[in-house]
Amino acid sequence: MNIIVCIKQVPDTTNVRIDPETNTLVRSGVQSIINPFDAYAIEEAVRLKEKFGGLVTIVTMGPPQAEEALREAISLGADEAVLVSDRAFAGSDTWATSYTLSRAIQKIGKFDMIICGKQAIDGDTAQVGPGIAAFLDIPQITFVKKIEEIIIGSTSAPEHHGTSVGYIKAERMTEEGYDIIESPLPCLITVVKEINEPRLPSLKGKMRAKKAEIKKLEAKDLDADPDLLGLKGSPTKVVKIFTPPPRKGGQILEGEVKDISGKLVDLLKGEICL
Amino acid sequence: MSIKVINEKCGGCKLCIKSCPFGAIEVVNKKAVIDLNKCTLCGACIESCKFDAIVLTKLSPTDIQFPNKFGQYKDVWVLCEQKKGVVQSVAYELLGKGRELADTLGVELCGVLLGEGMKEEAQKVIHRGVNKVYLVDSPALKHYQDEPYSKVLIQLIKEYKPEIVLCGATSIGRSLIARVAISVHAGLTADCTGLDIDKKEKLLLQTRPAFGGNIMATIICPNHRPQMSTVRHKVMKEAVENKHHKGKIIEKSYDSQVYSSRTRLLDVVEEIEETVNLTEANVIVSGGRGMQSPENFKLIEDLAKALGGAVGASRAAVDSGWKTYSHQVGQTGKTVCPKIYIACGISGQIQHLVGMQSSEIIVAINKDPHAPIFSVATYGIIGDLFEILPELTRRFKEVLKR
Repeated sequence: MNIIVCIKQVPDTTNVRIDPETNTLVRSGVQSIINPFDAYAIEEAVRLKEKFGGLVTIVTMGPPQAEEALREAISLGADEAVLVSDRAFAGSDTWATSYTLSRAIQKIGKFDMIICGKQAIDGDTAQVGPGIAAFLDIPQITFVKKIEEIIIGSTSAPEHHGTSVGYIKAERMTEEGYDIIESPLPCLITVVKEINEPRLPSLKGKMRAKKAEIKKLEAKDLDADPDLLGLKGSPTKVVKIFTPPPRKGGQILEGEVKDISGKLVDLLKGEICL
Repeated sequence: MSIKVINEKCGGCKLCIKSCPFGAIEVVNKKAVIDLNKCTLCGACIESCKFDAIVLTKLSPTDIQFPNKFGQYKDVWVLCEQKKGVVQSVAYELLGKGRELADTLGVELCGVLLGEGMKEEAQKVIHRGVNKVYLVDSPALKHYQDEPYSKVLIQLIKEYKPEIVLCGATSIGRSLIARVAISVHAGLTADCTGLDIDKKEKLLLQTRPAFGGNIMATIICPNHRPQMSTVRHKVMKEAVENKHHKGKIIEKSYDSQVYSSRTRLLDVVEEIEETVNLTEANVIVSGGRGMQSPENFKLIEDLAKALGGAVGASRAAVDSGWKTYSHQVGQTGKTVCPKIYIACGISGQIQHLVGMQSSEIIVAINKDPHAPIFSVATYGIIGDLFEILPELTRRFKEVLKR
């Protein structure tokens, strides 16, 4: 079973502080990490590989330094890694990113499944997973919290050469609970935190990551229309970025438990009755 | 578009470094240097520069095709999400905002409703002030499924050419709309918290938080139609119901190919665990590490029940197994903005704050007076939550007669 995992390198906001004066993120010294949701995607892919065999290929689109994220993914059990990087991709919105990644995936070759994190923690759009599925015209299951079953059979039909035929049954998280959805392979899933607990890199994995060859794809390597790449290919444009007014701390209620509780009830009851 | 630093003007003051949300600027030999691999051309540094030393070449006139090219695109559409045959409240919120946008543009407001047996619901949508409802009624659309829903919506957009399409940033909306935007080559902005019209260019101005709400970005879509946005729940005000309002229902149906789906929905499971739906709750009572044990969450549940609210939890509480993941508020959980958010025994790490800091009123109960949660709290109580929570529950029950 061949699986492609799309990941993104993001700033590690768990170590980020807010500058109390400017109310902006203090970014100096902030490390880059693999987007946390993508770590679950990598883990799930590696687990499936361990069960069914095959290869896990990691793809990322980003600046040259995103190579670190790819090496980390290899240390976590992935087999191959592809860096999609070119100045021509700069300024891509989710449309252009989905397009570029789908073209890169076509270049990588046959796959049974694509796994993405549900969203990246810097942009929070959750659009690129479904976007890639749309460009590749494959079915999708978003917000997967559990894979219930995968059935794989092989076929000798020439159009399936190199891939398996099969089905996946998965639980898709909703506001009220979950849907159980079945999809033929190949398909794309996006995963949430609940799906697994990612392992730590093994020593062997770290050694392998050091030596691993990272394949690089530039714009000219892709079967892509240059007008649809980067800023030029992005329908949306950012016109303004601003810092929202800081939320100020308010009143501290003091006194005995009885008094404080009474005060708070008085302050809130009008809001609740509405 | 391009950006550059005019070295003669640059004073090396480093203000631009602070302003850059992407960490793309360094000062080398007292001159600012922009790392184009990191820069997204957002322009935040330009406003910060006191020497006018950074120049961003904006979109050239040839980059923007003037809206009259899009003359055939008109009207504001709201996708009215339904579950079990009931239109969800987020749709009514979008219709409230959609009416404003449509009036500013001088166009019609239309609802789009997909489902089975939805005639009555379509009438309810009309009562919220729309001019038209596009209704596609089929057993294949009874429950949400990615492919039939996206194919139907693509057909409708291609036929009727709306200039704006709004949709809730729900699990359904977020799965559906990205597929649609790709296929119709539209610009799509996720999770908007503000929508407005640039009256001169007749463009939709979409404002959304990024980096967990620490910066806000305003986004336009000048060269593609429709302009599409998903909008967070509880941000816009619901359209007022008026039973005398009249509108047209336009029924459409498609051949089976459009309704077909490669995926199959086998079951819809509702987890009947208290009132989990955090994103719709007006009041949320949340517990963190300070709750000390899963049993103590009973205190949170009691207060939530007394207030008719939902139960939330910090990542620490979820990782300890005290509450399930569906309760988690924060960066790797849910983003919520209820009217009242009561944080109990939650210190207020940034990952938690980004998930709840847009709540209208925040109450923090914590025994550590230095807990960061107090810096965002409307009302702070420094004290022992095991004493305070039962007292609050008792008093609210009394006042609210629950």
